[in-house]
Amino acid sequence: MATAESADHGHEEHPKFLAHHFDTPAQQFDSAKLGMWVFVATEILMFGGLFVAYLLFKSQEPQMFLEAHHRLNREMGAANTVVLLFSSLTAALAVRSSQLGKRKQTSALLVVTILCALVFLVVKYFEYTHKFHDGLLPGRFFTAHLPEHAHNGHVLPQRAHMFFALYFMMTGLHGVHVILGISILTWVLIRNQRGEFSPEYFTAVEIGALYWHLVDLVWIYLFPLLYLVG
Amino acid sequence: MATEVADSHGHGDVDYNAPYLTAGKGIKSWLLTVDHKRIGVMYLISVILAFFMGGMFALLVRLELFAPGRTIMSAEYYNRAFTLHGAIMVFLFIIPSVPGALGNFVLPIMLGTKDVAFPKINLLSFYIYVIGATFSLYSIISGSVDTGWTFYTPYSTTSNTSVVSMVLGVFILGFSSILTGLNFIVTVHKLRAPGLHWNRLPLFVWGMYATSIIQVLATPVLAITLLLLAAERTMGLGIFDPALGGDPVLFQHFFWFYSHPAVYIMIVPGMAIVSELLATFSRRAIFGYFAVAMSSLGLALLGFLVWGHHMFTSGQSEFSTMLFSGLTMLVAIPSGVKVFNWTATLYKGSIALTTPMLYALAFLVLFTIGGLTGLFLGALNTDIHLHDTYFVVAHFHYVMMGGTVIAFVGGILYWWPKITGKMYDEKMAKVSWFFVVVGFNVTFLIQFIMGSKGMPRRYYDYLPQFEIYHKVSTVGSWMLLVGFLILAGVLVKSLKSGPKAPPNPWGSAGYEWQGTESPPVFQNFRETPTITRGPYDYHLCTEAELFDGFPEDAPKEG
Repeated sequence: MATAESADHGHEEHPKFLAHHFDTPAQQFDSAKLGMWVFVATEILMFGGLFVAYLLFKSQEPQMFLEAHHRLNREMGAANTVVLLFSSLTAALAVRSSQLGKRKQTSALLVVTILCALVFLVVKYFEYTHKFHDGLLPGRFFTAHLPEHAHNGHVLPQRAHMFFALYFMMTGLHGVHVILGISILTWVLIRNQRGEFSPEYFTAVEIGALYWHLVDLVWIYLFPLLYLVG
Repeated sequence: MATEVADSHGHGDVDYNAPYLTAGKGIKSWLLTVDHKRIGVMYLISVILAFFMGGMFALLVRLELFAPGRTIMSAEYYNRAFTLHGAIMVFLFIIPSVPGALGNFVLPIMLGTKDVAFPKINLLSFYIYVIGATFSLYSIISGSVDTGWTFYTPYSTTSNTSVVSMVLGVFILGFSSILTGLNFIVTVHKLRAPGLHWNRLPLFVWGMYATSIIQVLATPVLAITLLLLAAERTMGLGIFDPALGGDPVLFQHFFWFYSHPAVYIMIVPGMAIVSELLATFSRRAIFGYFAVAMSSLGLALLGFLVWGHHMFTSGQSEFSTMLFSGLTMLVAIPSGVKVFNWTATLYKGSIALTTPMLYALAFLVLFTIGGLTGLFLGALNTDIHLHDTYFVVAHFHYVMMGGTVIAFVGGILYWWPKITGKMYDEKMAKVSWFFVVVGFNVTFLIQFIMGSKGMPRRYYDYLPQFEIYHKVSTVGSWMLLVGFLILAGVLVKSLKSGPKAPPNPWGSAGYEWQGTESPPVFQNFRETPTITRGPYDYHLCTEAELFDGFPEDAPKEG
């Protein structure tokens, strides 16, 4: 029953980028895309736990949340939102240009996306250091309620540490995702530079960008929840 | 087909048409394999080791309870023993067991494809499992854990045992589970052979698909819960600590939002196996195929809506308890659909009492007991009396062990000839079945009585009137040990000197039996199969044709 043609190397219609167990490039592309969508669903549920905790504690102490959130830097948060939104645009454009086979343009757009992600992290770094300086640290390291940290005579409400516990968990987990996103996009960039992609095969660009949109999406919710309370 | 001499045009050093067990040589060809069958075998070995380790802790717990007061260990070690029994059995054994081992091996073959959608991610998920298991084992040797497998706060944030490494281990194991689920979902959607419509999917595949959905959607919630718990312990975050404004009941909500669906990650694969066993050994199509398939999805959906029934006495609002109790009763519908349809499948079937079939029949009885006793616990008034007693312990062991473990063993024996290419000693396997099933009932049936009389679970010591129950239960655990040791002997002997298995020793109509050799070749099929019939179409052929090859599958002339 086995014929010479059935062993699949030497199969004429099996291009190099097509993995052994797929029949057509379209099948491979659809699989990868569906896989990333399923993973995105997983990620959203992971953040979902934190959103639930946020809603619960905010409903218990709305006033505390309102007062505590004034200690966040709204301008920096807004700037980061713009940066991430823009990087999502460049990621989407990178997919388009890869689809059209414009390798150099794809690389340029990926580089811009990665740079935006780095800018986001740098801004976040300044935000975090400022918080640390003010004693706004998670958990038992929280010292902002002590007199030496009083902010122009403004005293933080009791249990404000809960707000910052959530702030650090949510933005921290998001930050980890930004770093992961940078790694993925860098890997895509390297492969693009090597000339692995073509209008027939640009799967990695597509799913890398999809992941990056998730990172952006989560931030779109984090920003108003944390920075724009009330 | 089996007599065909394997073509020897290799691809690198792998011969695609050689039996998968020998298609690559050396330890490296196993450790770096992306073949779903080999990964399945590595999972199988790992989960069996975990099962014996978890079983050892169970035996220690039962031995300690043989007599009141101290029997073999102190109360501190007893707390650790039952925690490790639970944690190992749940996270290292039962959750990865069926999907990781049997699902990985059988699912792609049933779908008529060469591999899962993402073979490298499949291997990654195995190594994530190994890393997670290593963290858990590190926790055992570095002070162990005494919180119970549920890690309830506030005790888990204050216990001076090695909670963080165990929690991180479970966190990591979760990603292994997610990646397996992700792989299966995409494989079922995108890699079905030509002609394999959704209504021709074997029920094992439907079960795995439903399980995968739960794995992908529930496990991340456990991940974030455990991350918060670890942060709570290391940084005093406060989310679960009432002294800091947090809420320990929130932990329970989070935990059960995963761990109740996880119950269906454990039982739905067991049901999936049983559907295959009953069809093959009754020589009949599963009665109500569509209903059985949909009931798996129904369980997956309902599994997300009933977590609060673990918390009836934890200080939820009365309204929540009523709501959760009502929703919990709904679970009886898909479960009942399955049990009744399986029973109807047996009716007028041509039943062959092989060992896998005996396990499937045991599953039917034991799962029904486990399921019906769940109603006592889902009803609010009786739960007040029964909660946190041995009644609960007996209930979930009837579902988890009487259900999943029994089905898993049945599945291992059923697919053993396909996996290893060897037959096992049917007579000794039946002896092991007898010890396992009788031992199981001796151990746990009496715990229902003990629990309804008020014996609380997890207690180190007990009143003299409970001694006889504990003694009987402990003796039962020894019978279980004997049963599993005999089973291990049967399998080892089969590996060493078992007769060679034909491609389809059971005469099953299933695609995996009809379409491949035993063991399958590296790429599963020499040619991509085209499916022209359902997996249970026993009416299309005679008994002899079942063994020789299905008439519908024969290549069409012209």
